[in-house]
Amino acid sequence: MKKSRMGLSVLALLSASALALTGCAPGEPAAEDESTGDASAIITTNGSEPQHSLIPTNTTESGGGKITTSIFAGLVSYTAEGEIENEVAESIESEDAKTWTVTLKDGWTFTNDEPVTSDSFIDAWNYGALYDNAQSASYFFDNIVGFSDVQNTKDDPSGAVDEEGNPVQVGDPLAETMSGLQVVDDTTFTVELSSPEADWPLRLGYTAYSPLPKAAFEDMEAFGENPIGNGPYMLDGEGAWVHEEKINLVTNPDYDGVRKPANGGLEIIFYATQDAAYADIEGGNLDVLDAVPDSALETFEDQFGDRAVNQPAAIFQAFNMPYYLPHWSGEEGKLRRAALSQAINREEITDVIFQGTRTPATDFTSPVIDGWTDKLEGAEVLDYNPEEAKKLWAEADAIAPYNETFSIAYNADGGHQAWVDAVTNSIANTLGITAEGKSYPTFAASLEDRANDKLTGGVRAGWQADYPSMYNFLAPLYQTGAGSNYEDYSSEEFDNLLKEGSQAASVEDATAKYQEAQEVLLKDLPSIPLWYSNVTGVSADTVDNVVFGWDSVPLYHQITKG
Amino acid sequence: MLWYTGKRILQMIPVFFGATFLIYFMVFSLPGDPIAALYGDRPPAPGVIEVIRAEYNLDKPFIVQYFLYIIGLFQGDFGTTYSGRPVSDVMAQAFPITARLAILALLFEAVAGILIGLIAGLRKGKLFDASALVVSLLLISVPTFVVGFVLQLVFGVQLGWARTTVSGDAPWGELVLPAIVLASVSFAYIVRLTRASVSDNLSADFVRTATAKGLSRNRVVRVHVLRNSLVPVVTFLGVDLGALMVGAIVTEGIFNINGVGGTVYRAVTLGEGPTVVSFIAVMVIIFVIANLLVDLLYAALDPRIRYAK
Repeated sequence: MKKSRMGLSVLALLSASALALTGCAPGEPAAEDESTGDASAIITTNGSEPQHSLIPTNTTESGGGKITTSIFAGLVSYTAEGEIENEVAESIESEDAKTWTVTLKDGWTFTNDEPVTSDSFIDAWNYGALYDNAQSASYFFDNIVGFSDVQNTKDDPSGAVDEEGNPVQVGDPLAETMSGLQVVDDTTFTVELSSPEADWPLRLGYTAYSPLPKAAFEDMEAFGENPIGNGPYMLDGEGAWVHEEKINLVTNPDYDGVRKPANGGLEIIFYATQDAAYADIEGGNLDVLDAVPDSALETFEDQFGDRAVNQPAAIFQAFNMPYYLPHWSGEEGKLRRAALSQAINREEITDVIFQGTRTPATDFTSPVIDGWTDKLEGAEVLDYNPEEAKKLWAEADAIAPYNETFSIAYNADGGHQAWVDAVTNSIANTLGITAEGKSYPTFAASLEDRANDKLTGGVRAGWQADYPSMYNFLAPLYQTGAGSNYEDYSSEEFDNLLKEGSQAASVEDATAKYQEAQEVLLKDLPSIPLWYSNVTGVSADTVDNVVFGWDSVPLYHQITKG
Repeated sequence: MLWYTGKRILQMIPVFFGATFLIYFMVFSLPGDPIAALYGDRPPAPGVIEVIRAEYNLDKPFIVQYFLYIIGLFQGDFGTTYSGRPVSDVMAQAFPITARLAILALLFEAVAGILIGLIAGLRKGKLFDASALVVSLLLISVPTFVVGFVLQLVFGVQLGWARTTVSGDAPWGELVLPAIVLASVSFAYIVRLTRASVSDNLSADFVRTATAKGLSRNRVVRVHVLRNSLVPVVTFLGVDLGALMVGAIVTEGIFNINGVGGTVYRAVTLGEGPTVVSFIAVMVIIFVIANLLVDLLYAALDPRIRYAK
């Protein structure tokens, strides 16, 4: 999950959602131009101070992510549409979707001239997975055989349990490396997964799977300050990263992959608020901006014309009703969820509150993901239908009368109040109940109640994809016992379809299974889909060929200037 | 005088400990686990949070955390941010920028505010006075962020006279516009304060005496009226220096200045105890020193005030 700082009108605030964008939905590049531009021109763009030092396996938020993606090249990289193209990989093959053989191209080097070998990948992945290193992206390796051994899996002998009743873990990891990763030779290695995954290579464009040079393991802290990569860009010398200020990247002359830069480098300026960044692009101090502030949502498309971008992104927004609350489990809960969903006028809210920068949801994934559809069986439950909503609510009332105040919890530091109020108003007006938003001061506070099953009503939920796959939108959120399945939804039917999908022989079969799985979700509504966030961005007339990728980040390498 | 100053400086010690203890406790009491929140909606692999909590001593009771922090402080260690930077680095970066901004703002409000206030006071009821009153009323009633966005739009985007935002190392020149925005409300108060004070003093006995002695109008205004009128203004400026040093969150946000206000705000939302407390401790010291300077200035301005033993 990439997390980014979302600006309110005045202050940038931590929020769990992020702004992103796409390629699959119709969207022309901001301005197509024949000119190749000045190959030495530096593109200035907005960013935010990375949360951690620039170690790919510890970078799961967008501020650091756009830098590590630029300075590292993994096995594959993503096109604007979210398809994978080989970078360092010559091939990634498997007979059974369980044991994968990866062959690397010859001739790739890090910017310190060290060759990129099988070990560069395996050592980096093992580092990322090892418990003691506490890397934020460690879960990306959890499907590789041996992952549980490098995590701390021994229960505390005293029988101590944490707040959620899970045994407290103590002692050293059982192993330093994952047994599922085996070197064959310098340019070949094998990966054994703990269960088959047909679209596993699709994950590999994510920055956590980047290779690391040997120098990194000598002093990871120092490396994170001045990382040495193999990507299209590299740091502009020691100290190119000025904390809280900016980072300067220049093209890597030795890079010969599919993202060969058409410009001379990037100057990524860190902004505390999106408003300041927007003022800078208006004032001519910035070339590309990938997040338009709320205050300009109404005007940016008129102001920037075809240099404005507003298209769906790989971000899904919803709210969940916890099963542990009275009225919200069993048949009654199912009826009430369906009633709520049909009581919300998504079209009007996305238009009025978000000025058309959200797209009403028709499934549980995103339009930029292959397999997205608005034709799922049962998708009509996502349409605004006040009569049906009232009818279902009355049926539920016949089971047990509801005379409570309905609420949706949100974190006040994330800019959610406006739409939560609109949604609860829509529900209140349609169903004739009292409904209101419940504000938590910070994201941390709302997460705590959510993780500990202490909510008193519904809760805002959102998801931004890590890699462009339907599986990534479904498994972490709705699978029994999954990490982000906070409301503890559990459906055997859904779990089975998900499993069949991940083991399917072809991508088409997998997609069909995932769509079927979503039809189960549409009946149960563990999460009530609201809309997909759009990516909103603008570029100045100094630059051309600005195209936003499926992950909401511009494809910096192809931007031309001058 | 020396004894008085010494006593005031000694008073800073309990103030320092009291303030850091209280602030640390408040940050500690913020709801939610700051480390878990770093990962958004997706929890990391089991164990990651525990390792990091232990690293930042967050697994220990409050009082232990506080003492570990204070012990570190006496060894010159201000702690680390959740992104792994030493807090001392963050302070060394933010305070000089905010100090430059505050000094510029203070200079602007003091010079322009006193000058305009003096002229308005001397020409009470005339057009200049009326305009000064209207403009200052406007500045007081309009929120700072409106003034900030308007000036940014006009001077930064439309006229192009100033940079829309301040670049990283925040040179003096680029800070002029933000300083004016930051000082705008205080400037208005100073105009009004000086004006009222000057017009009061103009009818005071000592001014009449000075005029009767045959002193030139110029000298009467400079030595007798202005000097005595400055006592309330200096009090205000002294308190304001502290406020300018710590309260520039809005202005810093508009102009993307990487200063104290924004840093503390971000640290509070992240629940980053050591950062918040270290910054606040420095702010407390600045406040105390600013107040001490104001008290000492009284004696210089008003001969009736003397600090005895």
